[in-house]
Amino acid sequence: MMVKRAAWLLLLLYLTFFSACDGKRKEVAAPHRGPGEPAYGDSIVVGSIGQPSTLIPLLASDSASHDVAGLVYNGLVRYDKNLKLEGELAESWDVSPDGLVITFHLRQGVKWHDGQLFTSHDVLYTYQVTIDPKTPTAYADAFKQVKSVEALDDYTFRVTYAKPFAPALESWGMSILPAHLLEGKDITKSPLAYRPIGTGPYVFKEMVPAQKVILESNKDYYEGRPFIDRFIYRIIPDNSTMFMELKAGGIDWMGLSPIQYSRETGSPDFSGHFDKYRYPASAFTYLGYNLRNPLFSDRRVRQALTSAINKDEIVHGVLLGMGQVAHGPYKPGTWAYNPHIRDFDYNPGRAVELLAEAGWRNRNEKGILEKNGKPFQFTILTNQGNDERLKTAVIIQHRLKAIGVDVKIQVREWASFLSQHIDKGNFEAVILGWTISPDPDLFDIFHSSKTGPRELNFIGYRNAEVDQLLVDGRSTFDLEERRRCYYRMQEVLAEDQPYTFLYVPDALPVVSARFRGIEPAPAGIMYNFIKWYVPKEEQLYQ
Amino acid sequence: MKESFIYQVFWKRFQANRFALTGAAVVIFLFALSFLAPYITPYGPDDLDLYHVLLPPSAAHWFGTDDLGRDVLTRVIYGARISLLVGFVATGIAVIIGTVIGLVSGYYHGWVDSILMRFTDIMLCFPTFFLILAVIAFIGQSIWYIMIVIGLTGWMGVARLVRAEVLSIRERDYVMAVRALGARDIRIIFRHILPNALSPVLVSATLGVAGAILTESALSFLGIGVPPPTPSWGNILTSGKDYIEFAWWLTLYPGLAITVTVLAYYLVGEGIRDAMDPRLTRK
Amino acid sequence: MVQYLLKRLIMMVPLFLGITLITFVVIHIAPGEPVEMQVAMNPKVTAEARERLRKFYGLDKPLYVQYAVWVKKLAMLDFGRSFAPDNRPVVDKIAERIPVTLSLNIISLIIEFGLAVPIGILAAIRRDTLLDKGITVFVFIGFAVPTFWLALLCMYLFGVKLGWLPISGLHSLGSEGFTFFHWLGDLLKHLILPVSIAAFGSLAGLSRYMRSTMLDVIRQDYITTARAKGLPEKTVIFRHALRNALLPVITLLGLSVPGLIGGSVIFETIFAIPGMGQLFYGGVMARDYPLVMGILVIGAGLTLIGNLLADVGYAVADPRIRHGGKGP
Repeated sequence: MMVKRAAWLLLLLYLTFFSACDGKRKEVAAPHRGPGEPAYGDSIVVGSIGQPSTLIPLLASDSASHDVAGLVYNGLVRYDKNLKLEGELAESWDVSPDGLVITFHLRQGVKWHDGQLFTSHDVLYTYQVTIDPKTPTAYADAFKQVKSVEALDDYTFRVTYAKPFAPALESWGMSILPAHLLEGKDITKSPLAYRPIGTGPYVFKEMVPAQKVILESNKDYYEGRPFIDRFIYRIIPDNSTMFMELKAGGIDWMGLSPIQYSRETGSPDFSGHFDKYRYPASAFTYLGYNLRNPLFSDRRVRQALTSAINKDEIVHGVLLGMGQVAHGPYKPGTWAYNPHIRDFDYNPGRAVELLAEAGWRNRNEKGILEKNGKPFQFTILTNQGNDERLKTAVIIQHRLKAIGVDVKIQVREWASFLSQHIDKGNFEAVILGWTISPDPDLFDIFHSSKTGPRELNFIGYRNAEVDQLLVDGRSTFDLEERRRCYYRMQEVLAEDQPYTFLYVPDALPVVSARFRGIEPAPAGIMYNFIKWYVPKEEQLYQ
Repeated sequence: MKESFIYQVFWKRFQANRFALTGAAVVIFLFALSFLAPYITPYGPDDLDLYHVLLPPSAAHWFGTDDLGRDVLTRVIYGARISLLVGFVATGIAVIIGTVIGLVSGYYHGWVDSILMRFTDIMLCFPTFFLILAVIAFIGQSIWYIMIVIGLTGWMGVARLVRAEVLSIRERDYVMAVRALGARDIRIIFRHILPNALSPVLVSATLGVAGAILTESALSFLGIGVPPPTPSWGNILTSGKDYIEFAWWLTLYPGLAITVTVLAYYLVGEGIRDAMDPRLTRK
Repeated sequence: MVQYLLKRLIMMVPLFLGITLITFVVIHIAPGEPVEMQVAMNPKVTAEARERLRKFYGLDKPLYVQYAVWVKKLAMLDFGRSFAPDNRPVVDKIAERIPVTLSLNIISLIIEFGLAVPIGILAAIRRDTLLDKGITVFVFIGFAVPTFWLALLCMYLFGVKLGWLPISGLHSLGSEGFTFFHWLGDLLKHLILPVSIAAFGSLAGLSRYMRSTMLDVIRQDYITTARAKGLPEKTVIFRHALRNALLPVITLLGLSVPGLIGGSVIFETIFAIPGMGQLFYGGVMARDYPLVMGILVIGAGLTLIGNLLADVGYAVADPRIRHGGKGP
């Protein structure tokens, strides 16, 4: 009896924690809904799970570093709201008729944060340090295609390629580094790693390791002074904590998970204080098969597996409907995306037929398909720390069991996943994702020359037609020509099914309602960050 | 003869301790639950239902459903198996290693003792959880690795306890007597010394099980606990922590399960300690 | 005494070497190498680039060479540079975090002892009453509840719902501009949750121990004598019993000193406190060998020194050891 009473008391306590009545929260006036007057001032506080490892973008591969560096530095070009390339530090450029020479005309009068003028010398230095074998960078590959570079004068920079290389332009979106501070010195020992000097819209003010990074707006920015005075990056390693900070007003912006977005943000209190945005992210998730494994070498088997998987169910269950089914490696709505391909829809009957055609006809006592006495069984590997991929694996396991395929799931820590499994080809199937870059060149992922150890075509896909299409697609600047190649490639991939393409998730950022000027577009919401503002009367931080 | 008397006294005292009894009852209940799991659970632990995700407790699902639509009650019951398994195997390993080292060290003295004790000292210098964390993260996440590693880092206390007991016992007259009679070492160790050295080990073991369960939940929180889809209380609790506000059932039930179980073991351990304590006088 | 100290100091050398050996073994159990982390799944990285990175970090030499090189450096107190892209010296990164971890742990320790001692005494005096049983249960619950669950609940209640306390971190934004007292108050407010929850978890062990030593002492003859003399109970307890009961507990304090260095990974992650635990966890996940090894070695090494100091403290306090008799 005492135990029972204690239990009730406990439950009561627990529930009062989460009762619907709102406790006293920090008094933040619910913002007026109109756009208000643009005004300078205020700060935006953004949460991050990881901390920036180095603020020299060339040397960093973690997203935290790039988030900060992205505001401090500029590239020669960048993507506009519709994912078309536009000039940033380069006002304009010319491409020679044979596609081999790009001449950039650089913007004049742009200053580094320490007052020095930006010139083509900086671009030259950036190129040189990137391809320098002593620089430990992951981004040298694109520049390796360059035959020669030349700084014609202070504001003209010419790049010559050995062969026409369409992704070339995109590669010049790389952050340009200040030659006057780095030349002749060892970049890995440069203080710029924690005190960056760039040309970008925000100037580095302070970094407290593992706690925060503070950037202040660049009053002399060439595009105009950003409205928001300060950008504060708070490092909060735990997702639940970050969500609580969001609700308590400790941070202004966070990317939510589908469940958080749909279930935890419905209260009127929340929607009064935050705006929710939703748009397709530039990434896709897939189930990749090790094509060297005899189990998956027959393409009917792969087609069957795809037919046995209900992709809609995955989007519904894992993403709560906030995403789209993927039929190929491109994001729907982008120029290279082929809307006409026929993928293998969910059809378990057809799956069983296809498997029977491929020799999987008998079933053992557990109902698992067999061929020559061996059961159809394989393991899906995925990386630890990604809830969505894990849930996807569990769902696939479930569906495949229904047609007689036995799937086991193993989760592996990232580094050993790569070194022990991916790099050595030591896996049967994996669930992973790729980020989709705006340039549709997928040479590194699908070309047969990239199937060596540690290369990106780790599934071992070889298809002569696709090889040719990839080569053709990257060797011309003509958009229509490229589109033809990529359209055809998607058709072949849909037939071959080297991956079962699963979904393109939606990005689900939530931003404090006091920020105006946010306009979701194909490029997301960050592209016009310098134009965001908070009306004077709603500014929170001085 | 002498031994059975001690056990009788022990039992009487233990039974009189209400806390310890409650603890023992809970432990037994959990064992029963684990064995009977497949027969008493309404659903399977892996039964997905993507159209009934995160439902609150109801008649159909007493503990609600999780983020893949699986029944939480079923998973918590199966989780009991895992948690108990981890607790026992990990502690078993720790106790065996610790006892062996303690026995050898205490009995043989000399340089064997020196080396073993120095080794123990070295291991004790490391922050235990850091070691476990590093090894699991490096070696790979599997329930067996977790159990082995927790065991391999938890034997030091037992070793010291056993050694201390051995040291004090070996000087006693009856041991000298048996030795004088020419009995072999091993026989001495096992038949005479070990039974008496067992008492502190038992206490240590129950606390060890409690600790192992908590450690597993800590590892789950960091993402390297028992790998999904196998349910363990730690990983159910972790999967629910992001929804702590609206899907309170996902954290409440496994959290309670862990708390109650650890509490039970602790009470049993303290009960054993009190019952065997020769200095406790009756009021 | 001096002999004792000298002997202990000499013993420390092989112990320290043992620490380095175990650390090295632990690290190299790991399949996979640090550069994998850096260049993970990035379509822009080639095999060449990876080889470059490997050479850069000296990973192409055989294992025993790597160990020897490392130990040699250690002897000169050079812990190497972190594998992380910022390439900073390991000691710098550790030195940054130690003050935070130390202060947090010291404050927690003070509060733990501050609470456990009275609780233990109370439980001992009122042995077997409802109060004793109640305290027992309360304290055991502290031990049994998974800390991260409790932490999240408290953060939610006090931070989000009631808004009384800050949720995470150590300082509010803009705290550099505060006056000293404001700053201190701000810091304390941030510390309330993590410290109380940490203390709550450790109360069990300490208070129970206090209770049992207290019970031991109370049963002694001199206490009975004191009572027989007619002294008020309060004096009996506080003047006579407590002093002797406290001594073993102080030794426990000494034993806890080494634990001050290791931080709790879980706590620091949940409360976003930049301490050693988080540094270690991040290093492990990223396979930052030098950093992980540095932390393990420094952590264990400091513990070793801490133990030595604690033992010296004993020797000073307990004349029996000093004069060569059989110590405790």
